Amino acid sequence: MADKSKDILLEPLLKKNPIAGLVLGICSALAVTTNLQTTLTMCVAVIFVTACSNASVSFIRNFIPTNIRIIVQMTIIASLVIIVDQFLKAYAYDKSKELSVFVGLIITNCIVMGRAEGFAMSNRVWPSFLDGVGNGLGYSAVLLFVGFFRELFGNGSLFGYTLLTKTTDGGWYTANGLMLLPPSAFFLIGLFIWAVRSWDSSQVEES
Amino acid sequence: MEYVNLFIKSAFIENLALSFFLGMCTFLAVSKDVKTAWGLGWAVIIIQGITIPVNNLILNYLLKPGALAWTGSEELSHTDLMFLGLISYIGVIAAMVQILEMALDRFVPALYNALGIFLPLITVNCAILGGSLFMVERNYDFPQSVVFGFGSGFGWAVAILALAGIREKMKYSDVPAGLRGLGITFITVGLMAMAFMAFSGIQL
Repeated sequence: MADKSKDILLEPLLKKNPIAGLVLGICSALAVTTNLQTTLTMCVAVIFVTACSNASVSFIRNFIPTNIRIIVQMTIIASLVIIVDQFLKAYAYDKSKELSVFVGLIITNCIVMGRAEGFAMSNRVWPSFLDGVGNGLGYSAVLLFVGFFRELFGNGSLFGYTLLTKTTDGGWYTANGLMLLPPSAFFLIGLFIWAVRSWDSSQVEES
Repeated sequence: MEYVNLFIKSAFIENLALSFFLGMCTFLAVSKDVKTAWGLGWAVIIIQGITIPVNNLILNYLLKPGALAWTGSEELSHTDLMFLGLISYIGVIAAMVQILEMALDRFVPALYNALGIFLPLITVNCAILGGSLFMVERNYDFPQSVVFGFGSGFGWAVAILALAGIREKMKYSDVPAGLRGLGITFITVGLMAMAFMAFSGIQL
């Protein structure tokens, strides 16, 4: 049983990564990765929402009538996202301004819906919770990967600490402006998928 | 003229798909051929054009602080229901999609059949909810939100059509194994986003 829990928690990290493998939840993933601090806030928010929504959906799964289950799931997810949104507004107002609409967009983040529908509806509470955390972590892994490169090469810093002194501040590093712009996120995710699929060739798609 | 500018801005300069990454899941999953992309594009334009103005009305007459003043009740006119925002917008979107589906089925069956499965899928398309949230954040008034709705929907449709066109041609190219499918699509979208950035130089 312990092994199984571990699998549920860790498999989504690389083997069944929700972004690279299942094309889920890319919508809100990319816009928040220009610096690591915002990325981290987003990751925590998503992990919280997926884990809690999975657990709550699983908890009431036997009472949800099948034909209105999407609405029920949606309401649970929306309420959880409202909690996150209000929490950020109260305790980290700057962060919530920076994330702007993307906190709200966790509602339509397909990972949350996908896991609720695909896993929580047919599993017990604890495994569902772990599955939520695992998928949240898998999502965070990709986000942090993208955020790491974008902030390091775009701004010469990590978590706001300068590592490569920019020429504009008298250093040696010429910042790569492209890294802060939308296209770079697409390239980085493309390369990430390439790396994961070269490592685990069972994920390669037929042409 | 202000509205024309807003339309161009929301359709090209601030393209929902390519500069805000909204609606990416559907954008990547349903862009394998031009015909389906065409259907989905239309569905998005219609739903955006309806839901954003409706959400604008909900915001201004139900949720904002003081928005309930029209009820005439002293207590209600001080109520701030903004925290219900997210759940009401997604509810409106889901309801609108459902209504539109029924209306099309009844009155325009040809279009209904053409859109098919894409209509219900649109409920969870981030571009739709994102559009409404941007409308709230930028304080658009009613006419502006109508223009913004159609403009952003149009921009999204153009983007997915362009991507579908490219992917159809890509079937004939020899892509490295690990990059096949999803990987190369991301990189293509990146190149498209770069091309769309040229619009940001336009002064309106």
